Amino acid sequence: MLKKRIIICLDVKDGRTTKGVKFLNNVDVGDPVEMAAEYYRQGVDELVFYDIIASARGRGPILDLIHRVASQVFIPFCVGGGIGTLDDIRSTILAGAEKISLNSQAVKNPSLITEGARVFGNQCIVLGMDAKKDPTCPSGYRVYINGGRIKTDLDAREWAIRAVELGAGEIVLNSMDADGTRAGYELDLTRMIVEAVSVPVVASGGGGTPAHLADVLTKGKADAALIASMVHSGEYTVEGIKKDLDRQNIPVRCLSCDN
Amino acid sequence: MIGIIDYNAGNIKSVEMALDSMNIPYILGKKPEDLKNADRLIFPGVGDAAYAMGQLKQTGFDVFLKDRAQASTPIMGICLGSQIIFEHSEEGDTDCLGLVPGKITHFKNIFEREGIPTEGLKIPHMGWNDVHCKEDRIFKNINEGTAFYFVHSYVIEPAHWNDVRAFCEYGIKVPAVIRHDSIIACQFHPEKSGEPGLRLLKNFCLPEGDL
Repeated sequence: MLKKRIIICLDVKDGRTTKGVKFLNNVDVGDPVEMAAEYYRQGVDELVFYDIIASARGRGPILDLIHRVASQVFIPFCVGGGIGTLDDIRSTILAGAEKISLNSQAVKNPSLITEGARVFGNQCIVLGMDAKKDPTCPSGYRVYINGGRIKTDLDAREWAIRAVELGAGEIVLNSMDADGTRAGYELDLTRMIVEAVSVPVVASGGGGTPAHLADVLTKGKADAALIASMVHSGEYTVEGIKKDLDRQNIPVRCLSCDN
Repeated sequence: MIGIIDYNAGNIKSVEMALDSMNIPYILGKKPEDLKNADRLIFPGVGDAAYAMGQLKQTGFDVFLKDRAQASTPIMGICLGSQIIFEHSEEGDTDCLGLVPGKITHFKNIFEREGIPTEGLKIPHMGWNDVHCKEDRIFKNINEGTAFYFVHSYVIEPAHWNDVRAFCEYGIKVPAVIRHDSIIACQFHPEKSGEPGLRLLKNFCLPEGDL
């Protein structure tokens, strides 16, 4: 049976992992390569690295870090932030990343999704989407870019459908309202996007306890859940979270569960 | 010595890094002459079957692989590499290498043909899935039911189900590892499947035991 994936997100700024609340007040939480290796040992299913200031300042992807991670972490990982051209995609994949995530650049230049999918296959192209409640949008959620700093004209549901038509093979859906609050994922938003598209959806923003993950993977219908603060803080381990989900009969890849 | 076939259609880097981490030496071949001393071959691949076949023909690796299969050189195809060693792929209606009897079909067409309800069965089949394996030396020190990482939209339909050494469940029984003569086809990505994946690569690279 296909497992629900637990994915850890590492926001990288100047070569360090940081974590903020609702995209602000970032604090240093450690070395991304060491953290990646430790989470790999704990049995995380996948990793995502976001170069969080890349889009805002127009920097290229963080190739050296990708290479160091790839040399010791033998699970898929995705890299986002600062990827604006086909060459950026190529260099990121060749450095050892499995997937790349397009967020602001996908909005600014949607043809990059199509081009990337044509050359590398749609499994390589992930749409990262930051959505915020907005009753003036048809679906009730609006898309923001540049790390939440710029409001777009796009409706979240419409943009998700369009991005998949363009070639995105997966969506990482981040709720800006829930991000970093550790108060639970936004289940309605997640379920709405899952039901709107045919590709896997990763829920992001708000994960604080294993119960939150259980909710978004069942009621929210997400294929995977992204976590950050709850493990960066040391309060939970990947193993502990997976054991908890396993006890609730949610299919997870658990290195230490009795099957 | 292990030879890795580099024909511009594979995530070669992750296979290299996996072997590096286990100190298994290899040669990277961009053309057949580079691999004349290789006695075991890894044939990775991601992307489009038609494009990959084109690259194989351009580099001469199509003939090289056929000759090596004839000479019973152990060959491990990974993901797309595991598919294009069969006879034909629906992807771009592509004639493939034909080293193993069978064809490659899109999930959607199999689900339709078999009348499988597709609720919850997203395509691509992406993520970790339990692999049920028969007795085979490629699974030495790997437990039955271990999860490996899959990403694919097309499925191997081998002519002989007896060749299937492992499968996973995704609406249908999806062949995960196929052995035919000296060839092993591996649909999942061992290089991205954590420690069990590394173990499987090691079992292929060092069949007589550890160095």
